[in-house]
This record gives sequence, structure tokens and C-alpha cells, in this order.
Amino acid sequence: MSIDLAAIRSEFPLLKRQINGKRLVYVDSAATSQKPQSVLDAMDNYYTTQNANVHRGVYTLAEEATSAFESARARTAKFIGAQDPHELVFTRNATESINLVARTWGYQNLRDGDVVVLTEMEHHANIVPWQMLSAERGIVIRWIPITADYRLDLSDLDALLDGASLLAVTSMSNVLGTVNDIEKLVAAARSAGAKVLVDACQSIPHDPVDVVAWGADFVAFSGHKMMGPTGIGALWARRELLEEMPPFLGGGEMIRDVRKDGFTTNDVPWKFEAGTPAIAEAIGLGAAVDWLSAVGMENIASHERALTAYALEQLTSAFGDEITIYGPPTAEGRGSAVSFLFNEIHAHDISQVLDEDGVCVRAGHHCAKPLMRVLGVPATSRASFAIYNTFEDIDALVEALHKAKTFFAR
Amino acid sequence: MPGLEDLYREIILDHYRSPRNRGELPTPPALSAEGFNPLCGDEVVLYLNVDADGNVTDVKTGGQGCSISQASTSMMSAAVKGKSITEARQLITAFKALMSIHESKLEGADATAATEEAIAGVRLGDLEALQGVVKFPVRIKCATLAWNTLAQILDESESA
Repeated sequence: MSIDLAAIRSEFPLLKRQINGKRLVYVDSAATSQKPQSVLDAMDNYYTTQNANVHRGVYTLAEEATSAFESARARTAKFIGAQDPHELVFTRNATESINLVARTWGYQNLRDGDVVVLTEMEHHANIVPWQMLSAERGIVIRWIPITADYRLDLSDLDALLDGASLLAVTSMSNVLGTVNDIEKLVAAARSAGAKVLVDACQSIPHDPVDVVAWGADFVAFSGHKMMGPTGIGALWARRELLEEMPPFLGGGEMIRDVRKDGFTTNDVPWKFEAGTPAIAEAIGLGAAVDWLSAVGMENIASHERALTAYALEQLTSAFGDEITIYGPPTAEGRGSAVSFLFNEIHAHDISQVLDEDGVCVRAGHHCAKPLMRVLGVPATSRASFAIYNTFEDIDALVEALHKAKTFFAR
Repeated sequence: MPGLEDLYREIILDHYRSPRNRGELPTPPALSAEGFNPLCGDEVVLYLNVDADGNVTDVKTGGQGCSISQASTSMMSAAVKGKSITEARQLITAFKALMSIHESKLEGADATAATEEAIAGVRLGDLEALQGVVKFPVRIKCATLAWNTLAQILDESESA
């Protein structure tokens, strides 16, 4: 099945904007995606016709709001292959999801000398919560290194996992674009008796994901990178783990009963959802997974693979030795995040000059400073694509880089 | 719409390509501090030799970052070398005022007046070329990184 790119683009009102009098070329979807009209409408509809708190009232509005909220949970769970909607905990974002695991499961199960295995390509969100636990509980962090071709170096995997309690790994690097073989990593972790947490932020918006096929224990992701709004994310975890984990934040919603001498917790997933949740945002996320499903994740993956292949080819053929791409050189086993250094011009300066032409690229360390230190660079520029990008967007990127080169050579 | 030439003045690119006072000084006696811009990863390392009379006798700089942060570091090193600590502090205040950063929140005419007052009597020289940065708000942190690091060293030396 082919896609109608013009029709898809027309669903994103922001893409009609001009920047500095130029057509907007938004190639920063790894940071956050743009939002289709259906997502905006779903949130607007909630506030204009259904706004009431969830799980509290018995009146019609409250019933409708609760139903819309729980339906969004069920559709999001189904979208990632979960069998049980109650295995999906709504959070603010993937960062909160990972912190939730560290603060609940981690506090319950990890202490002095227990080992958490990370990789050198993790985002700070999947590093710092474990470092905090290390500082407080004395856990030990081991690192899976990367190879010269920007993939995980699995040659010592069994030794690194030996005695480990948890492997926490990204399914796709937000810097390198590298896609990791989660099923293989899960199998190795299982043999070592370790649980597995997957940071799936960069996979879920771009590839079909099935958390059950992955076999992981915890999967964290953010709504705003997958066409949904900010302020909503999710943690999927196997039900028996969620049942055993202590609650996260305390307050309303997460309790079954409260007396002066204590409280009992609600069922999962509400046990982890203290306070009034981000109702409109959850409904927006539900609309986002509907939108992604309607386009089809296979179609999305296929179009983005073509864009990535074209970008790698165009950047390399236009600039040769003037550009260094940090990531796998072909579109095989990689996603659409393309990080690069260009003509020794700092990423900030590149990004500033590209903005003149309406081209939005990310510049900096991409919240992956340990990786940047391994790569030996302070910052890179990063272009990243989504279903709404075109081959013309990549041509515009190349053209703008030509202009940056001329500008800084003056 | 401010143009790129407002931001990337020739003198800025010159300082970026040929940074002044690069290197290290032995600590002690030199004072040293590192500054980071957590948003973008720019780094500045400063070394200062201050004599018994409170004069900055030598400055060396290290680190890495964008043209604005590194040019600002280079210009700062040239501006404070040979100055007294008091003069260096005046330069910090004047430069931050140039970047529209004031001790208290000011807007409109008050901000303009405060900027003029802080800059009055301070010879900014080449540093004025960085004035264009103010039209690009996200880059102000790049320009002020070296100055904040300098202020950190001076604060630490005084509290020591």
C-alpha cells in the first residue's frame, strides 16, 4: 500500500507555517513530532463537550470523560501489542516512566552491589534515574560499549549481564539512529536472570512495536514524539510486576481506602496514577495512536526508511569528507535520526544558519552526554524524519548546508 | 528579522578561528573554574593568575563550543588581562547589561537606562560586536558562559 503524502501533510496545520519567509522544513521529529488535526480536535472536543474529572462522578459528563480516558488507555495498550490495558500506566513522559520503575521496583529489589546494565547510547532519562539509585542504594552500573560502526558491542554481553538484576536499554538511539535487537538482548538478560526495561521513545513512533514479542518487563515511551501531546507518556509492564511493585506517588486515585492509621492501594494501573491525570492529553494520545494505525506503521516505517536512505546518500554525495555522520551508514537496522558534524562548524552555528532557510534541526548533545564523550564530540547536528517529511525536505537541508558552508568560509 | 550578519560579525569569527589566550596555567597559584551550558554542551575552562594587589596578571582559556561561546571567551580573556579584579567585575556587569541581563527584572525604557548606566565608563571595545547576540535570545547563554565562569572564580577567590 502506498501513502498519499500530500494528504498526510495537509493534516498537520503547523506544517503550513513559514519561517523567515521560507517553507517550514521540520526535520526534528526525534525531539518532538508535529500533531495532526485529529489529535488537536480530540483534546479540544474533550474540553468543549466532556470536561469532568475521571473516576469520581456518577453524572453523565464524568461518565463520558472516564470512558474517553480509559478508552485512550486501551487503544494505546493495543497499539503496542499489550494484551491487557491495565498493564499500561499513564505518566507524564518516558522520563517519568523510567523514574517510576527506579523508585518503585528499584527501591524494592535493588540494594548494595546489585547490578544494573546500561548502554553507552542511552538518553539521560535512562541513565540518571539509575545513577540516583546508585548514589542512594549503592547499586553498581555496568555499560555495554558501542562498536566503531555505532552498534552495541555484544562481544562481552554475557559477562556484563552476569549477576545483573536489570538491563535498561534503548530500542533506538536518539543520536545514532541505531536500532537495537531487543529480542536478542531480552533472551540474553533472561538467561542471566535479569529483568529488562526498554526505552522505546524512538521506536514506537516509527516502527511496528509489539511489547509481548519483545518479551521485555518494562517499556517506557512518550506521547509527544508519536503525534500526541506533551505531558502524557506511558509505562507498560507485565501485570505481575505491577502488582508486586509498591506505589509511586501518594494521593487521590491511587488508594482503595485511607484511614488515620494508613492506606491501602488501588488496583493497577491506577495504583501508580496519583492525583487528577492529564485527561485531555491521554485522550490526545489515544487519537494519535488511531492516526498512526490508520496510516499504518508498516507504511510509516517504509517511507521513513526511504527518507533515511535518501538523506544518508545525499549528505554523503554532496559533502564527502566535509561531513561525518555518527551512526550506521545505510538505512539498514537504523532509524531516521541522522547526527552529523559538518566542516568543523559547531552544531549551534549550523542550526542557526539553517533556521534562516526555515530548516529545523536539533543541535547539541541530545541528552546523551556519555555517548558524546565516547564519540569525542561536544555536540552534533541532528536531522530526524517522520511520516510527513518529503524528499524535498532533505534537498532543502542539503541546500541550507551548502549555504552554511559558504557563510562560515567568508 | 535580524540577519545572520548581526550575529556573526567579522570580529567574532576572527576570535573563534584564532582564539586568544588559549592554554592552561598551573593551579595553584592560578585560580581555575569550569563552566558548562547544560542545554547545548558548551564548555569553558578558565585559569586566572591574580597578584597580591588584586590584578589579573594572566588569563588562559580552554573548552569547546559554538562560535559565540568561544569568541566571547576569547574576547573576555583579552579584556580582563591586566585589569584589576574591581575592573573585571565592572566588565562582567557591563557585558551582562549588554546582553540585557540585569540584577532586577526590567523592561522597556528602564532596561535601556540600566544598560546605559552599567556600560557607561566601561570600555567594552571588541566586546560590543557581541551586541547582536541579544536579538537571538537562545544564544545569550552561549555569550555569557565565559563571563559567568569568570564571576564564579572571582566569587570563590573572595570567599576563600
